[in-house]
Amino acid sequence: MNILDIITDPNTRWILLGTMFLGLSSGVIGSFAYLRKQSLLGDTLAHAALPGICVAFILTGVKSTSFFLIGAALAGLVAVFLISVLTRYSKIKQDAALGIVLSSFFGFGIVMLTQIQQSEYGNQSGLDTFLFGQTASMVMSDVYMMMTVSFILIFTCTVFFKEFKLLSFDPGFAKGMGLPVVFLDYFIMMLIVAAVVIGIQAVGVVLMASLLITPAVSARYWTERLHIMVILSGIFGMLSGVSGTLISTTVNDLPTGPLIVLSATVWFFFSMLFAPKRGVLSSVWRRVSTKKKYSLEQERRKGSHPS
Amino acid sequence: MDQAALKVENLTIAYHKKPVVEDVSFEVPEGNLIGIIGPNGAGKSTLIKGILELIPKISGEITIKGSTYKSMRKSIGYVPQRESVDWDFPTNALDVVMMGRYGHLGWLKRPGKAERQKAMECLDKVGMVEYANRQISQLSGGQQQRIFLARALAQEADIYFMDEPFVGVDAATEKAIIQLLMELKGKGKTVLVVHHDLSTVKEYFDWTMLLNKKVMKIGPTEEVFIPEYLQETYGGRLAILSDTKSGLLLK
Repeated sequence: MNILDIITDPNTRWILLGTMFLGLSSGVIGSFAYLRKQSLLGDTLAHAALPGICVAFILTGVKSTSFFLIGAALAGLVAVFLISVLTRYSKIKQDAALGIVLSSFFGFGIVMLTQIQQSEYGNQSGLDTFLFGQTASMVMSDVYMMMTVSFILIFTCTVFFKEFKLLSFDPGFAKGMGLPVVFLDYFIMMLIVAAVVIGIQAVGVVLMASLLITPAVSARYWTERLHIMVILSGIFGMLSGVSGTLISTTVNDLPTGPLIVLSATVWFFFSMLFAPKRGVLSSVWRRVSTKKKYSLEQERRKGSHPS
Repeated sequence: MDQAALKVENLTIAYHKKPVVEDVSFEVPEGNLIGIIGPNGAGKSTLIKGILELIPKISGEITIKGSTYKSMRKSIGYVPQRESVDWDFPTNALDVVMMGRYGHLGWLKRPGKAERQKAMECLDKVGMVEYANRQISQLSGGQQQRIFLARALAQEADIYFMDEPFVGVDAATEKAIIQLLMELKGKGKTVLVVHHDLSTVKEYFDWTMLLNKKVMKIGPTEEVFIPEYLQETYGGRLAILSDTKSGLLLK
């Protein structure tokens, strides 16, 4: 397929639209997760979504994004609850608690997934594509769902920007001011879960965290202003979604989800190297030029005061 | 004084079952600078955080000017420890100070011109106007502390809680901060400060609270800040030398 075919093919156009919105919204909400040092939490919520989706499928017997959303959200809540119980009532630190919950939920999810695959209607369920995503399985209603949820995510982050900002920078001060910090904590987690659920079909639970975190990390390199970072992160996510989808349609048989993630990684490397001020090249350049300037000055001084 | 600026009754706070602050009761009169002094692990920061409801308390009643803590939230200012936040956050000094206005703004409203102006005034009071657009990680420790102070000023509170505002700042900043605290006091505000440096207690504070899990003593500094009570608070671990100039010299 060449580019013209892609643009004119209605099916691809829909998928492109879906991954675009997915990248945009996960980049936006991911910024807050990253700044709140909850990168691993995003990964845990993504993995925990799998058993939630399986249970939703077993209970309803249909492959419906809205039921999956509910299942994943409930599983995410249980996971978050377990993490807070583990950290509060034992000496286990947060990273270990996240690790335990992530792997056990995912293991449980895989067991259920295998059960579903072996059952009579399992093969048609297509649930296995949720591991690494498969855009080919997306239908128009999925894209509508992705767009709706994206819109809600971006709208929410805009409306509560001030609160999310304070919560990310100084939760203690926010609490002292009377903000319902615990509620907002859960609220942001639910937004992350929503991003995970719409990302599952395209990118899959295993790789979803990278779509939340990588654009945010890339965006951080370019700016010192939060609102610009959030917008940039959304743009990086969007570009990753688009380029990943385009590459996978042009080169046959390459999986879209991993390509989206790899595109995000390319943007990350680009940012890390070439960003002004924070980038690697610019800081090396700064160091070298400072050194040069200093030694030149030294020489000049020596020259002017011959001893 | 008709009403205490702050009244704490039977406050107990525990981490992992062990009480850190136990059955603390005290009253603080309006318009005073109060130093909270005590050894490491005495629960100084915990006490402040407990009063502000940042950490759950087991028991206790907090009243501010005769009203419940919740109803008085807007008249409370807070300066957390500088290390409590990540300074490599994508924001500048002015933005942080504006956060002090968020509580007055309420939900959904965005900070605008009025907030910006207020924040600039507060930056001016701490001598940081020229740093308004500086990214906060590019500020020195003392400057960061001043930003936190400016943010608390922007809260326009009646009672301030400051958690070790003098830690890690240079002499100039310390002077600037204490001058500001005196000004606040002059305006009838009440300021509670967690403090470490015993040598400056007499100079800085009208009132002193000696804390070691319990309130050992609280009252006017000249009555409370005496060797006998200090030894009691620090468990006899202080070497106190009499000194004619400051009255006390501690090592």
